[in-house]
Amino acid sequence: MTTETHTPGSPALTRTGRAARAGRGAPPQPPRRRFAGDGIWPWLFLAPLVGGISVFYFWPILQTAFYSLTDWGAFGGWDFAGFENYVALFADPALYLSFGNTLLYTGIVMLGIPIAVFLASLLNLPGLRFASLYRVLFFLPYVAMPTAVAMVWRIIFNGDFGLLNYGLGFLGIDGPYWISTPGAATVAVAIVGLWSSLGFAMIVLAAGLKSIPPEMYEASELDGATRWRQFRSITVPLLTPSIFFISIVTIISSFQVFDLLYAILGSSNPVLPKSMSLVYFFYREGFVNNDKGYAAAIAMVIFVIIGIVTAIQFRLQKRWVQVD
Amino acid sequence: MTEAVASVRVPPAARSSAPTPRRRTRHRGGSHVFAHIILGGGGLLMAFPFVWQIIMSLSTNAEVQSVTPVFWPAERQWQNYAAVFTRLPFLEQLTTSVVITVIRTVAQILFCTLAGYAFARMRFRGRGILLALVLSILMVPSQVYLLSQYQIVQNLGLLNTLGGLVLPGLFSAFGTFLMRTAFLAMPTELEEAARLDGANPFQIFWKVMLPLAGPTISVLAITTVLWSWNELLWPLVVTTFSDRMPLSAGLATLIGDRTTDYPVVMAASLLAMAPVLIMFIVLQRRVIDGLASSGLK
Repeated sequence: MTTETHTPGSPALTRTGRAARAGRGAPPQPPRRRFAGDGIWPWLFLAPLVGGISVFYFWPILQTAFYSLTDWGAFGGWDFAGFENYVALFADPALYLSFGNTLLYTGIVMLGIPIAVFLASLLNLPGLRFASLYRVLFFLPYVAMPTAVAMVWRIIFNGDFGLLNYGLGFLGIDGPYWISTPGAATVAVAIVGLWSSLGFAMIVLAAGLKSIPPEMYEASELDGATRWRQFRSITVPLLTPSIFFISIVTIISSFQVFDLLYAILGSSNPVLPKSMSLVYFFYREGFVNNDKGYAAAIAMVIFVIIGIVTAIQFRLQKRWVQVD
Repeated sequence: MTEAVASVRVPPAARSSAPTPRRRTRHRGGSHVFAHIILGGGGLLMAFPFVWQIIMSLSTNAEVQSVTPVFWPAERQWQNYAAVFTRLPFLEQLTTSVVITVIRTVAQILFCTLAGYAFARMRFRGRGILLALVLSILMVPSQVYLLSQYQIVQNLGLLNTLGGLVLPGLFSAFGTFLMRTAFLAMPTELEEAARLDGANPFQIFWKVMLPLAGPTISVLAITTVLWSWNELLWPLVVTTFSDRMPLSAGLATLIGDRTTDYPVVMAASLLAMAPVLIMFIVLQRRVIDGLASSGLK
């Protein structure tokens, strides 16, 4: 390869000459074109990443699948246990409780999507001033450290001196002790989840809105369509791919809620066993109760649930996404 | 070229005036007030917790716990910020956060661009299968590898060390995917020219392709910084001493403490968030577009 260097220009000529001579029946264009990666090079490029991924991701995935079939003793030793963990897990009320809490959390966070559609359509009004300021304000919670914002939300939700109950008092509502009442705690965490993910949904949806041709609105306006009618008949249908995308991302990330729950409720909160999410349940079994086999089984269940959601996504995407 | 065509077609008078028909402009002008009310009000609501946090960080503990909220502390308690450094292992945690974030960001840029380039532009046996395997990791929730990663770090004797904190996050399937997409979109002419000039594949990558990938690398850097700075579960698992934790985990362990000094906790939270929030405000356009296009937290 390096021998070709000294005479710039000539290798190209040689190649065409060779190609011309070799033009018998073989496919003429791509066959012996030299890629930079031929030989050892691609492996040198890939070694650090593939090595790291194999050790810290591939192997752990296989190992967790195996762990889920083992029973861990108090001192870290283990025995093969077959499907014992799964049998026990499916008989464990904690699984259904944490699954239910996760669903409730996800449902509440999903309520943010219609709000985000509405806000994004306002944000996309042509010639809107301060649009980038609004983007920043709505996006701020998304980039803020979850454990740091959780601190202020803990106080806002405080039953005695929290701002939320103070505000509700004006409406004549006696707010609950949010963080120490089982159902209310999940709702409180989900409100923060909604608050922190709204900006992201808005930005993705606003990008989707940009791709709708303005002529559609102009044409419908000539036909006398109202704003609401335009929103319903043009905006929402043409936005379905983005709406669908953001729903899936929201569901998947909500199913893995941990940070906010842990930081808002606090690890020593007595209400936690009733308010925990699936991932908190996993964390508790694996790292607090030190039952690695059981925790691995929970991880596999989370994996399967997310796998199902992803599979549904790919199925439905064909029906939803418009090709234009 | 299209601009030239447009300028021929559109009469100058029409171009200098508003680009949209007047009737619609009036229509929109009216609804903009409504949009500003909703977006402005909503924006304030979104920012309010941060403002409230600032107010509380300058209050006394009694003011924070007052049943009638104190919206304007009688005296600004700036010493709460000093207390963050004297009463908490804040400096240690901040250093840890900075170190792990910098190491991970540099490592991910290096490893992911190299691998992304190989997947995008090089030919080798098993490329398709290897790529599929790497990408399949994207679909696996982190809990699935967490237990075993912990086991590995424990066996290496790296619990409560920077090495243990930093390790798994050095490698990213998402980053590889991101960089591969970027390299796929680049023209091949430059590479071919460099090859004819006798550059070896690493030189082509380093001198020609890497500089071209700048914008995507910045997206990768931003997502890595955000994720590493804010991450909780892994640090919580591998560190048990508060002075060894990064800020995210350190803050989470402050609570539940009976003797919580709320204003100091508020000040600590604000200081912990500040670097990333400042980065966001300075680079807001790039951060928002990058995150939105990557579709990942």
